[in-house]
Amino acid sequence: MNPANYVYLSALLFTIGATGVLLRRNAIVVFMSIELMLNATNLAFVAFSRIHGTVDGQIAAFFVMVVAAAEVVVGLSIIVMIFRTRRSASVDDANLLKY
Amino acid sequence: MEPVIAATGAVQVSGWLMIALPLFGATVLLLGGRRTDRWGHWLGVGAALASFVCAVVVFVTMLGWPAEGRARSVHLFDWIQAGSLNVQASLLLDQLSISFALLITGVGSLIHIYSVGYMSHDPHRRRFFSYLNLFLAAMLLLVLADNFLVLYVGWEGVGLASYLLIGFWHYKPTAAAAAKKAFVVNRVGDFGLAIAIFLMFKTFGAIDFATVFGSADAAGRGTLTAIGLLLLLGACGKSAQVPLQSWLLDAMEGPTPVSALIHAATMVTAGVYLIVRANPIFNLSADARTAVLAVGAVTLLFGAIIGCAKDDIKKALAASTMSQIGLMVLAAGLGAAGYALAIMYLLTHGFFKAGLFLGAGSVMHGMNDEVDMRRYGGLARVMPITAITFGLGYLAIIGVPPLSGFYTKDPIIEAAFNAGGTRGWIVGGAALLASGITTFYMSRVMFMTFFGERRWAADAHPHESPRSMTGPMVLLAIGSIGAGAFLALGDRFVNWLAPVVGEQPEVEHVLAPATVITMTLAVVAAGLVLAWLQYGRQPIPRTAPVASLATYAARRDLYGDAFNEAAFMRPGQYLTRSLVYLDNRGVDGLVNGLAALIGGSSGRLRRLQTGFVRTYALSMFGGAALVVVAFLLVRL
Repeated sequence: MNPANYVYLSALLFTIGATGVLLRRNAIVVFMSIELMLNATNLAFVAFSRIHGTVDGQIAAFFVMVVAAAEVVVGLSIIVMIFRTRRSASVDDANLLKY
Repeated sequence: MEPVIAATGAVQVSGWLMIALPLFGATVLLLGGRRTDRWGHWLGVGAALASFVCAVVVFVTMLGWPAEGRARSVHLFDWIQAGSLNVQASLLLDQLSISFALLITGVGSLIHIYSVGYMSHDPHRRRFFSYLNLFLAAMLLLVLADNFLVLYVGWEGVGLASYLLIGFWHYKPTAAAAAKKAFVVNRVGDFGLAIAIFLMFKTFGAIDFATVFGSADAAGRGTLTAIGLLLLLGACGKSAQVPLQSWLLDAMEGPTPVSALIHAATMVTAGVYLIVRANPIFNLSADARTAVLAVGAVTLLFGAIIGCAKDDIKKALAASTMSQIGLMVLAAGLGAAGYALAIMYLLTHGFFKAGLFLGAGSVMHGMNDEVDMRRYGGLARVMPITAITFGLGYLAIIGVPPLSGFYTKDPIIEAAFNAGGTRGWIVGGAALLASGITTFYMSRVMFMTFFGERRWAADAHPHESPRSMTGPMVLLAIGSIGAGAFLALGDRFVNWLAPVVGEQPEVEHVLAPATVITMTLAVVAAGLVLAWLQYGRQPIPRTAPVASLATYAARRDLYGDAFNEAAFMRPGQYLTRSLVYLDNRGVDGLVNGLAALIGGSSGRLRRLQTGFVRTYALSMFGGAALVVVAFLLVRL
């Protein structure tokens, strides 16, 4: 199977994730979209690693996973705190930090 | 010029004590506050008298020395050492300065004594004496200085004392305004003196009298004329000469002893002192001398005309002071022939004008501070001592022989005629005419005040003044009688001053002295008769009658104030107003406009910060996309 297809899939997944981040209001869904984008990049890393025949991309993918795991912990706890205080998980409700 | 011998012993000590004592008195009285209220005035009198004793000690010692070697210097301390500028704070005791010192401390002491009685009802008498002492110290510093910078300190000091004393009753708006006016007009003159000093330093590299006068010959005539004219500007301010005359009449708002001491006898003569002291400069510049002559002649007539129309006794005397100082300046403008005569007239004028002012003060003291002569009349009966002393001063100022004015004024008129040519006829004629007008207005004062019917206010109870006031008046009257003959007979004073101002040159007499004396006496008699016809024989209206345009102009000080207002004050006001407008609209507008522009645009820009996460996310995506596109473009 042509490894370039994985790169196409990765681009598709990234686009879906980015669209989700931009269009969805629910913080959990936005979060999931971000995860989707991260995994799309992971897929791209691995695909390029395969194409070039080196392991650099795979190492980078591991780093991304570690960071994503840490990010999930911080992000989810923030969302939980917002939900507790505002009874809503909509990202548009949390808009105090503005002009 | 060889350096002046340093003074030793009693002369040295007296020299600096003369200034230090009044300064000490002023300091104690100013710092001591109310604690010194009970005895403060006696401390003031004591300081003035002690200073007089010092002056006498110096004078008597000086008499014992040979005429050419009488000058002594008293070095106080090194004042300024900066580069090539080397200023010593030191005093010069010579014939000219000691003559002034005797006048200042002598008349000053008498006026201090007079003030004890005159100011006895004033709650701030102590402050008054501290200012008087401050004035004495500053005035002595002015005349005893041996360089122009120390002189300038004294010059400013007397200006300050004059300001404080004119505005002594500062709760009266007129007095406060008069004080400010005197100060501001004097600044114009001080400016001239300051620039003259700068110019001297630039030209001669020094500002002490010895160097400046010694090397004056080497300087360019243009520079010397400039220095002379600037010195004349300074003299005009301090001595109330046209065009800086306007402050003197208003200065009469101050207490009468102040008018007598500062604005008649001493401070206003500082300008004459300055011109005579700077005689080597004026000797070398005929143009500057002509300017001095012109200023003197104009002021002489200017003051005399104003004096004829004033109903306020003090203002009439002030106009007379202005006019008489004009005569002194005129004499100084005659050059070597006139310097000594100017100073001689200045000294005797100090006596009789101070006496006249003290007499006016005595009248006011008895008349509830009424100054309008139309409310006086017939006071000779109730105030005999005042009337006699005032009358002697009056006879002296109009130049009746053998009183002092006759001996000191006639030589000036004679010297003016002897100046030669058209100039001689003009200034001589002006002096002669002014002497007639002087007689007219002084006789008017005399008739309106002491003779005729009693036009007193209903609550006036005139009475003779206490002895502390009449005593100084009597002493000054004696001076008015005798000083002229004492100084003038045998050319005593002229010879005394000769080492400082030079010998009087032998001149060809245009008119014989006897002719001049006869003419002067005829003019004086004419003035007297005219005054008697108008003010002695006819009853005097209690309010100023409608009069000719000339009288009206003289009542308004010959429009001196109106001129200043139109020529300087209004244009200045327009200038400041337009500058303020420019500042508000132009400069402020630019700055405020810029601020408003930035404020407004940033107010719009910050709307970008919506607080919506997705907006930020979109901008991040946009940015990332841009970066990618940029990379692609660069790679291509």
